Amino acid sequence: MAKNTNSVPEQGILQGLKNPLNRRSFLQYTGAGVAASALLLAGCDDDDDMTNTNMSGTVNLGSGDVGILNYAYALEQLEAAFYTAVVALPNFSTLFTSATERQVLTDIRNHEVAHREFFKAAITANAASQIIPSLTPNLPSSALASRASILATAKTFEDLGVAAYNGAGKLLTNSAFLSIAGKIVSVEARHAAEIRDMIENGTFASGAAGITAGNIVDANGLDVALTPAQVLAAAQPFIKETINASSLPTT
Amino acid sequence: MNIFNILKEVEKVDPEIFDRIDPRREVFKHFGGFGKKLAAAAIPIAFGSMLNKAYGQTAANPSVREVLEFALLLENLEYHFYLRAAATDIFPSAAGKTAFGVIRDHEKAHVDFLRAAISGMGGAAPTTYTDASFDWTANGLLGNATFTSYPTMLAVAQAFEDTGVRAYKGAAPALMSNDTVLQAALQIHSVEARHAAHLRRMRRDMTNGVAGLKPWITMKDRGGLPAEFQGIYDGEENTTQATVNITGTFGGITIDANAASEAFDEPLTVAQVNAIVMPFIA
Repeated sequence: MAKNTNSVPEQGILQGLKNPLNRRSFLQYTGAGVAASALLLAGCDDDDDMTNTNMSGTVNLGSGDVGILNYAYALEQLEAAFYTAVVALPNFSTLFTSATERQVLTDIRNHEVAHREFFKAAITANAASQIIPSLTPNLPSSALASRASILATAKTFEDLGVAAYNGAGKLLTNSAFLSIAGKIVSVEARHAAEIRDMIENGTFASGAAGITAGNIVDANGLDVALTPAQVLAAAQPFIKETINASSLPTT
Repeated sequence: MNIFNILKEVEKVDPEIFDRIDPRREVFKHFGGFGKKLAAAAIPIAFGSMLNKAYGQTAANPSVREVLEFALLLENLEYHFYLRAAATDIFPSAAGKTAFGVIRDHEKAHVDFLRAAISGMGGAAPTTYTDASFDWTANGLLGNATFTSYPTMLAVAQAFEDTGVRAYKGAAPALMSNDTVLQAALQIHSVEARHAAHLRRMRRDMTNGVAGLKPWITMKDRGGLPAEFQGIYDGEENTTQATVNITGTFGGITIDANAASEAFDEPLTVAQVNAIVMPFIA
């Protein structure tokens, strides 16, 4: 049995960002960004093609594979912020009296922080001018008020995360990025299953989807897949900045 | 005949085939001696050409159809396992039996979906599998415990689900040419991960359960499964992704190697998955 199972060329994800096409795109966007900034300074709110500013409270995810990575980075920021807040609650151990459940939530927090920091490092190192900024979470106090409300919010975020990666895979052109997305989405699915089971044991892959019409697993045995527009419509209320996904690829 | 049956036949002649087809080696440097063994076993020349194809498949890019056939085998293995398992009376609670029924139905849906997808591509009909296609003793390793011992049955289920997750993950890049198939594969992949998480939870919570077992994979811990199943977890201890070291302290939160390995599941190659499930093929 081979021990080295990492079949993804480690440089692939970085090379993808460095290849000539992307560099050319980068120059285009830099140019567009400068132009748009000038317009903003002139009092115009046209922020088309800006990829890394929230001057107007709007964050544009950008286009191409980097746009999809920014999209994932935005979602991971949201998840990490939520679980960080949950685990830091002064009454965390009274809301969750089971040590096993506290460990589960702490583990998930760590995984989401790891995902967030991965995207931050990977995008920064290679497309620094295109990375979106740190977002400001907008978590209603009701989402953190009780075991039930925390788990309900967690379920939404996890199922949404799974659906987001499932829908975004085909939008990527670089196979190394797809591999990374695949490595993360199954962990999100493990989270989703456990959170669902904590709400009601046995609902790990059954029952209403919640994030969309129908069941979480359909009659073909398929999990939910959503477009970035669908995912962001659900996630936007939890983020103070307005996320602009209009330049993301659609196929 | 598919790659799986070919390898199964070859294994009878050359027990070390799975070492030889490690895709990171140059397979052809083994090919000379290998051919002699085949000749000695009087295996038809036609078989050799198929073997050639099998070797080719360990290279970078199997076709979409080959990936779907490979997935079909794995889904049949799971479906026929759950078909038997869910019908047993060894569940200590109704919840466990219900969960197995849910998973069985998903695996059946995956089998049907994949068969339809393969048929839709034209060419030869998809391979048909039956219960007799599989060896539930795992080539003798498990004896008759697979469907008579609850802990063993759950362990086998976990082994299949965690393997399935890694198999789809490894296959996804080969499906990039077909958006529809790629998305469907991802949608199956995450369902397998949901199953895996629940099976691990069931093993944690059962009587004399596996203390501390988590829904996610920590390092390459096989969670109390037999040592023969270690291949399912080797490589999961990876803590570097695309040259980024995942460990560190971020805003006061320390990500240690355990958390870094849990946060990313790892793919397996076709050859690695074949080696894992081979004992279960009759």
